[in-house]
Amino acid sequence: MAFVPHTRADVAAMLESIGVESIEALFEEIPAALRISALEGVPEALNEMQLARLMSARAQRDGRHLCFIGAGAYEHHIPAAVWALATRGEFYSAYTPYQAEASQGTLQLLYEYQTMMASLTAMEVSNASLYDGASALAEASLMAVRANRRSRSKRILVPCSVHPHYRRAAVAIAGNQGLAFEELPFADDTGCTPVAALQRYEREDITALVIAQPNVFGGLEDVDTLTDWAHARHALVVAVVNPVSLALLKPPGHWGAKGADIVVGEGQPLGIPLSSGGPYFGFMTTRLEHVRQMPGRIVGRTVDADGRAGFTLTLQAREQHIRRGKATSNICTNQGLMVTAATIHLSLMGAEGLRRTAAAAHARTRELVAALTSLPGVRRQFSGPVFHEDVIGLDVPVAPVLQALAERGIQGGWDLHRHYPQLGSALLVCATETKTAADITRYRDALADCLRATRTA
Amino acid sequence: MSIERDNRLEPLIFDYSVPGRGAEDQWPAPSGDAAVADLPAALCREQPPLLPAVSELETVRHFTRLSQLNFAIDTNFYPLGSCTMKYNPKACNQYAMLPEFLARHPLAPEAQGQGVLECLFELQEMLKAVTGMQAVSLTPMAGAQGEFAGVAMIRAYHRARGDLERNEIIVPETAHGTNPATATMCGWVVREVPVDAEGDVDVAALAAAVGPKTAGIMLTNPSTLGLFERRIEAVARIVHDAGGLLYYDGANLNAILGKVRPGDMGFDVVHVNLHKTFSTPHGGGGPGAGPVGVAARLAPFLPVPVVARRDDRYCWLTEDDLPQSIGRLSAFCGNVGVLLRAYIYMRMLGRDGMAKVGDYATLNANYLLARLTRAGFDAAYPRRRASHEFIITLKRQARDLGVSAMDVAKRLLDHGQHAPTTYFPLLVPECLLIEPTETESKAALDTFAVAMAQILAEAAQEPEHVTSAPHTMPVRRLDDVRAAKQLDLTWKPAP
Amino acid sequence: MSKVPSDLKYTRTHEWLRTLPDGSVEVGITDHAQHALGDLVFVEVPEAGRTVAQGEPFAVVESVKAASDVYAPVSGEVIAGNPALAGAPETLNTDPYGAGWLARLRVHTAPGALLSAAEYGRLTTEETD
Repeated sequence: MAFVPHTRADVAAMLESIGVESIEALFEEIPAALRISALEGVPEALNEMQLARLMSARAQRDGRHLCFIGAGAYEHHIPAAVWALATRGEFYSAYTPYQAEASQGTLQLLYEYQTMMASLTAMEVSNASLYDGASALAEASLMAVRANRRSRSKRILVPCSVHPHYRRAAVAIAGNQGLAFEELPFADDTGCTPVAALQRYEREDITALVIAQPNVFGGLEDVDTLTDWAHARHALVVAVVNPVSLALLKPPGHWGAKGADIVVGEGQPLGIPLSSGGPYFGFMTTRLEHVRQMPGRIVGRTVDADGRAGFTLTLQAREQHIRRGKATSNICTNQGLMVTAATIHLSLMGAEGLRRTAAAAHARTRELVAALTSLPGVRRQFSGPVFHEDVIGLDVPVAPVLQALAERGIQGGWDLHRHYPQLGSALLVCATETKTAADITRYRDALADCLRATRTA
Repeated sequence: MSIERDNRLEPLIFDYSVPGRGAEDQWPAPSGDAAVADLPAALCREQPPLLPAVSELETVRHFTRLSQLNFAIDTNFYPLGSCTMKYNPKACNQYAMLPEFLARHPLAPEAQGQGVLECLFELQEMLKAVTGMQAVSLTPMAGAQGEFAGVAMIRAYHRARGDLERNEIIVPETAHGTNPATATMCGWVVREVPVDAEGDVDVAALAAAVGPKTAGIMLTNPSTLGLFERRIEAVARIVHDAGGLLYYDGANLNAILGKVRPGDMGFDVVHVNLHKTFSTPHGGGGPGAGPVGVAARLAPFLPVPVVARRDDRYCWLTEDDLPQSIGRLSAFCGNVGVLLRAYIYMRMLGRDGMAKVGDYATLNANYLLARLTRAGFDAAYPRRRASHEFIITLKRQARDLGVSAMDVAKRLLDHGQHAPTTYFPLLVPECLLIEPTETESKAALDTFAVAMAQILAEAAQEPEHVTSAPHTMPVRRLDDVRAAKQLDLTWKPAP
Repeated sequence: MSKVPSDLKYTRTHEWLRTLPDGSVEVGITDHAQHALGDLVFVEVPEAGRTVAQGEPFAVVESVKAASDVYAPVSGEVIAGNPALAGAPETLNTDPYGAGWLARLRVHTAPGALLSAAEYGRLTTEETD
């Protein structure tokens, strides 16, 4: 099967109309020496019933577990309406809205999305999405180089407290264009970036400073001071934020005296399932003055020939299909359907629902950390304030503990050893509003067991 | 105040907003101020964000009505050239969205993800088979990112050999805009080569363009002109002899699925658009997925992570396992949910089904081309066989009747047909690039051909009705000059 | 037929150049260029004080369907970019040789080969064929 509807009579009539004897004759321009007879290595077809059985078995192997991992992807409640609407064929099977008159649904939705994201981050304009949070940081860095006309250095300061995967993606994606990412250390006691770390750059030409709020440890950076430091030296500020946190935390547009210049982040917490890492979506907002340097699609409201309001893609001259080698980015396909889901999710949440979600997630994490650190040999790694995620230190290696927890059906957090060996046995944990007091107790008791077993082993 | 409501339009979600309303059943219980008392006041938000306060039913109605303003594959024939708008089987969505798959955290233990990893591993194997490549990475999140990965690997390969002179990428003038944009992102200088009158790459010009600075060439085959590059073996020889590598843009793989493989044509790197050839949904602009496949000599440079099988377990290979990797292109491991949909589609097609794809995509394109030619339209390359898509040019109609390709495209909407791709490739004036795909029936193609013939007749008799189209859509033609000059990118509440 | 004033010099890339009485020059894009681009929606002019080399991109003009770099027809220092264009890019469409000027430059070295009006006129006639 190939979802091909042709009958034999159809094929015969079509071949006759073309004037050839067989379908095979249509491939006469392909050099014979290159032709293959069969696709070795591809299995025989399954019908839908067989396929359903296969996939259900695979899913069951993965199972369901109690998850306390965050680290850039968060388990939040997703209303049933979100994906029931987003998977409607009219959204799901439409193309990019290039034919505006036949795509007003998608276009209006994107305009609503842009409005919501601009407001959430307290910036003036938003694009229609990038691939994910990490690649969005790379794009923001490239954009900062274009937007900061006073800087020639292409040097971007990135705190080590920014998610290590984000830092690696930024280097992989933007490094080929001569950008230099220079890492700033974090303070041992708070896990945050001290202003003292910036002193050696006092007199240097810096293009942009990246600030993650909260940072990878959940820690809250001194965003006002860092922002003002950067602006005093004509560097732009690239903010990396969790959109749910912005229901409670100061939006980047209000950081310091002037606010951040470019804001990016991972949109997954807004109604997107964890799904082993994707598809998610990256968001990006900025000031109006930088809009022509922003990558990705942008929707604008205008009028039609009768003067009625309508929506269309705009500022397309920035994009690859027009500017080709001089485009702001090579991005073409983005994460449209994820944005559809996020816009529906944000509508259902509203400001109050999002605030309750952020507050509940934060409260659950505090309860979790209190419960875990009540155990002997378990402590908070850092002392400063956090948002809905925290690092706990153990007095035994983390990896075997996590494995023992997993065997009990608990995914206990993210082992920081690989990326931050200087922290010793450190575990990043997160509880969202989806966790109950009983879940937290279950984790604490299991951890107590595992620690006892590890110490006696 | 007007009592009548314009049923073609839908108000903004913000127009429904009433302070104090909300989909409260979806929210957690209030936590109280004490729950967030530890957050320093100086770091907290003062004004709530501008989000709508609407009920669940209002939300459902609003977005359902918005959806109804769209054309989509599920509602209309959508022959958008270069985009492969084939049917997206419902099973691909349903079984990729099984609760266990959706709930799995990307950093969860591999032991608790053997099911999904097995699917991804088998997907890598199948992509190797259909492209003729030796190794695959699934992480690129769209075609453009796959292109980036491919070209970055070419760079890494030359550098690893100490071959630092090479800084030029050759791109035919017919290439997708993403090709030169990608080459620029990789820090290359782009050099364009022309195509000849029959649409093939000008081999003499190519031979003159290559040299010790040539890093490689980016090619789509069949090309964006809807033509199979007949001298592909000569192109490969010229570039390889100059020390360059060949990159295959998989945008048009659908045309040749099961017939010929990029690896056999001499390509060293390919990317595949799963949202085209392997039918994952376009979603109104994404998400896509652009896995890359490589010949053995480029395997060490693949972007991470990559799925491997060790003994009977599946695991991710990271930077530690592939130290020469071009690195990470996403926070985690790419668009896994999209990869699962493509996996399901490929398993349902199987070996024989995949061979049918190339057959019937090509049959449909050539049939529609024959019908449109007979109806009085001009093929851009009348002496060539169409691949899975073809170009007609309205240069004659534009000159004689004052009706442009864009006008015909807009008038098609009134006939319930989504417009083909317009004004691409840039090389052909007043062009429509038409790709019917294999999942459309003869009847659907016939309906489209009849609509095109009617528009042509109308263009001769009543051209202003064509140039002012569409007439039956939710909006008429939009003022895109105003959109770009008087930027209105976000809604603002009345003061 | 597009207008090609006889008192100006031109480039193959569709810029024009006018020598002012004080020896400085005024530069812009030709009528042919504005017509090919269509309705302009955005113009970016260079800042005063910037030094540009002949052939270097020094301004950007953007329509709905295209964005193009404008290349400096001479080497020199920018005295002023046209401040009126930011709010009224359509001036480039309506008056490309007058109010639609892009920048004034102080010339450092004598410009390299520029085209006369007759030569530029022939070039654009060939292009439209």
